[in-house]
Amino acid sequence: MTALIALFWRDLRRAWGSGALWLPVVFFLLVATAFPFAVGPDAPLLARTGGGMMWVAALLAALLPIDRLVRPDREAGVLDQLAVRGFADEAVAAVKIAAHAVGFGLPLLVALLPAAALLAQDATRVHTLATGLALAIPALASLAVLSAALTANLKGGSAIGGLLVLPLAVPMLIFGAGMLDPSGRGAMKLLGAASLLLTVIGPFAAGAALRGLRE
Amino acid sequence: MTELLRLDGVACIRGDRLLFEGLSLALGRGEALWLRGPNGAGKSSLIRLAAGLLRPAAGTVTRRERIALIDEAAALDPELPLRKALDFWARVDTVDGPAVTSAMDDMALASLAEVPVSMLSTGQRKRAAMARVIASSAPIWLLDEPANGMDDAAQARLVAAIAKHRANGGAVLLASHFTLGISDLAELDMGALA
Repeated sequence: MTALIALFWRDLRRAWGSGALWLPVVFFLLVATAFPFAVGPDAPLLARTGGGMMWVAALLAALLPIDRLVRPDREAGVLDQLAVRGFADEAVAAVKIAAHAVGFGLPLLVALLPAAALLAQDATRVHTLATGLALAIPALASLAVLSAALTANLKGGSAIGGLLVLPLAVPMLIFGAGMLDPSGRGAMKLLGAASLLLTVIGPFAAGAALRGLRE
Repeated sequence: MTELLRLDGVACIRGDRLLFEGLSLALGRGEALWLRGPNGAGKSSLIRLAAGLLRPAAGTVTRRERIALIDEAAALDPELPLRKALDFWARVDTVDGPAVTSAMDDMALASLAEVPVSMLSTGQRKRAAMARVIASSAPIWLLDEPANGMDDAAQARLVAAIAKHRANGGAVLLASHFTLGISDLAELDMGALA
């Protein structure tokens, strides 16, 4: 357990090192800043569409670090060293998912406030967005680590990884955006269920992909 | 003598190519086996089989103790100072700080403790990887070309570390193009198995 905690802190340090902490935050804020320029300064329109746009931005922010999640560790031999020490690939994947969820999730939730202000979201919608994102972040992290593991051996893997993740993340996008609809009361439960399913499956699928990297 | 590592009737296939089959060996406490042979003979594959990183196509691999491995990758975070990079593996191996200090002294790395791993030369990285192995306190060492890039002084330290490990009851499986000057090595010619 001590070793897995050490691995978690290492991954988190690497995620936040070299200013990488701000990457999803800046990306998220840039999208929120650019959106009003694209649709015009129409506050009611921004309030109505901004929530869905933030969900798309959050999804893409989760994919930004895909190239750094598994490939450097595979190339540096870190994954081999962990396997030699008897760590299950599923446990390593679970730690990587947890570290990625914290690494990009926490800054994203912080960035939600200024982004919501830029997009004329009221307090109720900000609360709903924050709840939905908090529910979805573990699943988004699972998908990101899974696609990082599947593409770590491929040239241009991050682009392919994005293509892999986006279709799998669509249910969360639908349910998450659905939470913003006053009539979509069941959307939060569906989002929670979809997120739980992906979060539980993620370590096993990503672990199998990590094992495949060694063969 | 207690066996630490045993391979029974092991076969290895990489791609469509059979590298070797029916290979058996055993390593006990204090023993060392030198795997020699030309490039592509399967030395590194045998090391990875012994480490559990490859599955044998046939046969069994039995490890009775913890393993430490050196291969072409140092497995040290490039952006970290050397000491911190080694400390990470010490935490994973649940060994204490003095073990890392001692291992760094064994490989003459004390003066490089604050140098980022990315700034180390090839030979220095090999020494750092060897310090990781020493600090792990694992009884079985699997060393794949550990002396690559090392100068004569570093090789002498490597040989001394291997001798100390064997004297303490450890076992060493060494894949190398040369013996490193170790006189009492059993040897296995991988080229003859192809």
